[in-house]
Amino acid sequence: MSVLQEISSNVKNMKQLEYSDLARRMTQIKEDLRQGVEKPFKEVIDVSWGDPHRGGMKPLTFVRQVLAACVYPQLMNDNKLPVDVRQRAQKLLDGCAGRSVGSYSATQGIPEIVQRVSEFISRRDGGVPSNPENIFLCCGSQWALSRILNVLVNAEAAFTTGVLAPAPCYRTTTLSIEGLGGVVIPYYLSEEQGWELQVEELQQALESAGGACNPIALYVINPGNPTGHVQSRKSMQEVIRFASEKRLFLLADEVYQGCIYGEKEFVSYKRVLAEMGPPLSDTVELASFHSASKGFMGECGLRGGYVELVNLDPAVKKYIYTLFTADSSAPLLGQIALDLMTNPPLPGDPSYFQFDQETQHIKSTVDKNVKKAFEVVNSLQGFSCPAVEGGAFAFPRIHLPAKAIQKAKEVGMQPDTFYCLKLLEEAGVLVSPGSDFGQKEGTFHFRFCILILHDVLEELLRRLTLFHTQFMKDFS
Amino acid sequence: MTTSLDFVNPRVRAIRVSEQTLLESLKPFKGVIDVSSGDPHRTGMKPISFVRQVLAVCLYPHLLQDNPFPPDVKLRAQRLLQICEGGSLGSYTASSGLHHVRQTIADFITKRDAGISANPKNVFISSGAQRALMVVVKLLSGGEGLTKTGILAPQPCPHTLPPLLDEAGVLAVPYRLMEDRGWALDLNQLRQALESYRGRCNPRAIYISNPGNPTGHVQDRKSIQEVVQLAAAEKLLLLVDEVYQDSVYGQNTEFLSYKRVLFEMGREFSETVELVSFHSLSCASVAECGLRAGYMEAVNMDPDVLKVFDTMLCTDISAPTTGQLALDLMLNPPEPGDPSYDTHAQELLLTRTVLTRNAERALEVLNDLPGFSCQPAMGGIYLYPRVQLPAEIREQAEMLGLEADVFYCQKLLEEEGLLLGKR
Repeated sequence: MSVLQEISSNVKNMKQLEYSDLARRMTQIKEDLRQGVEKPFKEVIDVSWGDPHRGGMKPLTFVRQVLAACVYPQLMNDNKLPVDVRQRAQKLLDGCAGRSVGSYSATQGIPEIVQRVSEFISRRDGGVPSNPENIFLCCGSQWALSRILNVLVNAEAAFTTGVLAPAPCYRTTTLSIEGLGGVVIPYYLSEEQGWELQVEELQQALESAGGACNPIALYVINPGNPTGHVQSRKSMQEVIRFASEKRLFLLADEVYQGCIYGEKEFVSYKRVLAEMGPPLSDTVELASFHSASKGFMGECGLRGGYVELVNLDPAVKKYIYTLFTADSSAPLLGQIALDLMTNPPLPGDPSYFQFDQETQHIKSTVDKNVKKAFEVVNSLQGFSCPAVEGGAFAFPRIHLPAKAIQKAKEVGMQPDTFYCLKLLEEAGVLVSPGSDFGQKEGTFHFRFCILILHDVLEELLRRLTLFHTQFMKDFS
Repeated sequence: MTTSLDFVNPRVRAIRVSEQTLLESLKPFKGVIDVSSGDPHRTGMKPISFVRQVLAVCLYPHLLQDNPFPPDVKLRAQRLLQICEGGSLGSYTASSGLHHVRQTIADFITKRDAGISANPKNVFISSGAQRALMVVVKLLSGGEGLTKTGILAPQPCPHTLPPLLDEAGVLAVPYRLMEDRGWALDLNQLRQALESYRGRCNPRAIYISNPGNPTGHVQDRKSIQEVVQLAAAEKLLLLVDEVYQDSVYGQNTEFLSYKRVLFEMGREFSETVELVSFHSLSCASVAECGLRAGYMEAVNMDPDVLKVFDTMLCTDISAPTTGQLALDLMLNPPEPGDPSYDTHAQELLLTRTVLTRNAERALEVLNDLPGFSCQPAMGGIYLYPRVQLPAEIREQAEMLGLEADVFYCQKLLEEEGLLLGKR
C-alpha cells in the first residue's frame, strides 16, 4: 500500500511548475561543468529567483554585524564592532528569552520588535496609526499569507472558496490557494498599459467565475511580481471600492515596496484606505504583507516577514492568533532582520556613513540594470518589455515564430518553456517561463531578476542577445 | 465586516486551543520561571559555542580575517558559505533544503543506525519538525464522516499535536500509554483504539513520540518491534517524532531509532512498512528552537510522494538558511583532534549532566510532596508528574469553569511565579 494511492485531493491540485524541470536540468548542467564537460559557457547564470544575494548583491554590513553579535554575544567584548551595532544587539538580546536567539518568542513576535515595526508602518504612512496588536511576525511573508488564506478558504463548503489573483501572478501564492482547497480566479493585468490593474478586469473575472465558487478575497501585489508595475493611487482606490462593493477581503502583498525605480512612488494600501475616509476606511478588511527578503537588505534566507491586519472582526482575529500560536514563533534572526529593516542607522550614528554608501551603491546598480535591461531587451527582434517601475524582475514578452511554437508542441512543451530550456542549454542562463505565471492565451513571456550585479546583468544580456539572434534565424 | 465568524474556515474554528496558550497569556510579572515549553535557552541553558561561532562567521564573514576563532570554526564556515547561493546565507535554498545539509543528515542517520544507509533524496528540511509533520498529515487527510482520516495519537501527547491534527482536518484516535509502567506503549491499547475507531473513521497512521513528550519514556527494541508489526498488519504509516533522541539518560537505556529496528527485522518488514521520522534543532543538546529548522526522513515511500513533499514545502519557499546550517553543525560536530572538540564535548557533557541531575532531583522532590507521584523519565526534557487534587480544589476549579489541573497551574503561576505546561 502506498500513501500515494489516496493523497488528499487538495494536495493533488498543487501542480508542479514548468520551472521544476528547468531547475533539474540546471543542476545536471552545473554538475557537467564541475566534471569539466565542454560547454559554450563557463558557469550558469541563474536569475530565476527574486534573490539579490544569489545574484551577487552584498549583504549590508550593519545588518550582518548586529546579527553576528546577537548570535555570538562574546563578539561584543573587544569593541571591534561599532558602538551602535553593540547597542542594538544588546537591546535586541534584552528582548529574547534567556538572552538567546535560540529561544522561542511570543506568538506575534518579540514585543519590542513588533512595536518598532508598527512605528515604522505609521511613519511610512504619514502618521496613519498602527497598532502592534494587529501585527504578526512570521517565517516569511508567504507563510503569513498562507495562514490568512487558511482562515478564509473553506475546503469543506458546498461552494469552493475563490480568491481573485492577478494573471500573471507569482506562483507560490496560487499554489498556496490551491493547496488549501481554494480556487484561483484570475484577473488579467493589462500588458499594453504596462501591466496596469484595470477594475473592469476584476469585474470580468468575477463574472467568469459565475456561480462556480464563492469569491471571498482579492489578492494584489504591488509593486508587481512578475510585472514590475507600481500602482497609481487612483487604481488602488478603485480596487478598494471594488473590494468593498463585492465584500472581498483585500490581501495586499507589498514586499517589494523598497524596490522603486523611475518616477512612481509607492503608497501602501493601508494609507490609501485610511485617506479615503469612512465608511470605507472603517469597513474594508485588509491584510498587508512585507518582508526583509527584498529591498536593500535582500535577506531572503533569514525568513523574516510580517502581516498587518486592518478592520478585522476581533473574533476572527482570535482564530488567526490560534493559527499563529500553533506554529511556534517566527525565527528570531528573521525578527531581528525586520527590526533592522524598519530601523536602520540614522545620520549621526557611527554606522550611518557605511550603511548609506552601501545602500546608495545598491540603488545605483539596480537603476543601471533597469535601464540597460529595458534598452537591450527592447532592441531584440520579437521582444517587447515595458519599463520596470518597481520590484525585482523584468518580464519581457517574446513573439515566438510559428515554427518555434510548432516545435515546442512536437516535444510536448509550452512554447516559452521550450525557449527557456534552449536558453539554458545553449547560453547557460536560467529564467522562469511565463507559463508558470498565467498569461493570456497565445502570449509568451519569461521573467528574470534584475537585483543582480551589473556585470552579471551585462553578461546575461550579452548571452541572451547572441542566443536570441541565433534562435530567430533557426526558427524563421 | 465582511469576514464575520461565519466565514472563518470551520477547520480553523475547530482547532483546540492548548491550555498552555491560555496559561501563557496570564503571565503577570517578569520574574516568572517558565518551564512550560521545551525551550532550554529560555531558562538559562547556554548555546553550544561551536554552533554559535560558525554561524556568526557565516553571518559576518569579515570575522574570518580579524578574529581569534579556532581554525576548525573558520574552515567549517567557509565550507558552509560555499554551499550557499552567492556565498550568503541570505539566499533562499531549494525547498527541501541545501543538498549538502541533506547529505550531512543522511550521513548522520547512517552512522547512528549502525550503517543502515540513508539517502539524502529521502530527507526533507523544513522550518521545524512540526512543519514537516504537517506536510505528511495534510497528505493523508481526506474523507468525511466514516471515511475521514484518523491518526492514532498517544495519551498523553505533545501539546502541539491536537491543534495540528485539527487544522489538517484529521481525527485523533487516542491510545493510552501505561502510567504505572513508566508510560510504556501497550500493544493492546493500540489494538483497542484501532478496533473502536475503525467503524468511525479511516485510521491511516500511527503517531509515536520516542523518547516520549511529555512522558520521558524510551521504548526498548521489543516495544518498537511490536508497533512495527502492528503497522505492517494494519497497513498504517508510522509517524515517529524522535526529536529527543539525543537526550537519553536512563540507566541501561539506549535510543534505538524506529528505522534501525525496522531494518533489523528482516525484509518482510524493512521493505514494506512506510515510515517517516522527524528530528529538529529544538532538541536537548543544541536547543536552538529560535532558529527554526528540522527534517524528516521518509522510508519506503513512493518517489512520486516525495515529489509531492517538495511541492508542498514550496509554499514556504525554503527553511531559514541559518537553521539549515545549524543542522549541519549539530549532526556533524567537531571530531576528536579538532581544535573545538574539547570545548564542544565538555558543553555536551554539561548539558547531559544537568539533565540527569535535574531529573533525579526533581523526581525525588516531587515524589516526596503529598499527592504527587511521578514516573521516572529515561529521556527527553520533561517530567510528567501526576497530582491528586483534593476535592476542595476540584470544586473551586469547577466553579470557575476550569479543569482542576489548569486551575492548579494558574494558582502556581500567580502565587509562586512558576509556569508549567498542562496536557
